[in-house]
Amino acid sequence: MSLWLILLLGGLITFGLRFSLIYLFGRFEVPGTMRRALHYVPPAVLAALIFPELFLNNGEFSITALNPRLLAGLIAILTAWYSRNTLVTITTGMIALFLLQSIAF
Amino acid sequence: MTNNQSSFWAGVRAELPLLIGVFPFGMIYGALAMNSGLTHAQAQAMSSIVFAGSAQFVTSQLVHEGAPGLVIVLTIAVVNLRHLLYSASMAPYLKDLSLRWKTVLAYLLTDEAYAPGILNYEKEGIQPSSHWFLLGAGFTLWLTWQMSTALGIFLEAAIPPTWPLDFALPLTFIAMIVPALKTRPMVAAWLSAGIVAILAYSLPFKLGLILAAGTGILVGTALETRR
Repeated sequence: MSLWLILLLGGLITFGLRFSLIYLFGRFEVPGTMRRALHYVPPAVLAALIFPELFLNNGEFSITALNPRLLAGLIAILTAWYSRNTLVTITTGMIALFLLQSIAF
Repeated sequence: MTNNQSSFWAGVRAELPLLIGVFPFGMIYGALAMNSGLTHAQAQAMSSIVFAGSAQFVTSQLVHEGAPGLVIVLTIAVVNLRHLLYSASMAPYLKDLSLRWKTVLAYLLTDEAYAPGILNYEKEGIQPSSHWFLLGAGFTLWLTWQMSTALGIFLEAAIPPTWPLDFALPLTFIAMIVPALKTRPMVAAWLSAGIVAILAYSLPFKLGLILAAGTGILVGTALETRR
């Protein structure tokens, strides 16, 4: 599948998701269970994207102190929790990774 | 100024503080997309065709890893499923608008346009010019996203390739989701999805991602229902 086709389909699906219930309102009620389930989509999907980046090193499980991405990621998680600020979290995490990579070898 | 105009500009003003976070996001996306092997045109076009921050990051990442097209499209759908909730919650306020207005406002309905838009509706109710507020907020975000993408694409060449810029992706996701983990079911959904993602990482076609997301959604929903 060419990348342009992927972008087009991805765009159509995204628009469809945003447009669907605005268009269908009055004809279709969102069931309570689905509404609850949708609530857990962001934490589930984002965790599935975050965890392998922190815990896996070239596909291998790496939980040692020599895994700078795991340490920098944990620092970023703490920063995000306490600061609740997007920019501060990204900056702190990047600086942490730079420092940890320069002292590691 | 007419009511429509003042409502539009009120929407623009409500959006301005959010841009402090959005602009760097857009730049990081532009640079990451170039890093992932997209062309200038593809990286820029994605910002207006897909127009959804996290899905654009994920798409760049999957293109970089050579994931099959069908998996990328399915992943975009899963990542953007939350927009169904926004659509459901906006629907009662937009029900009397023309199809053209519904189409434009749905296209602009991102996380950062939904937030000020729904707050305004909850505060003011449906006024004759309310939809101009949502248009003002949404359009301001759209314009900022296009410009910051372009700047990120432009600056990518100036960023040394040894910099671990790809780490900005998980950091972005951490910054977005960690402050939202306020209840036990949310934390459980997050942790269970993360653990399954590591265990199932070696599955082909990025199926581990779908499996992990499904697990997290089930765990969160089950825990909430049990209470």
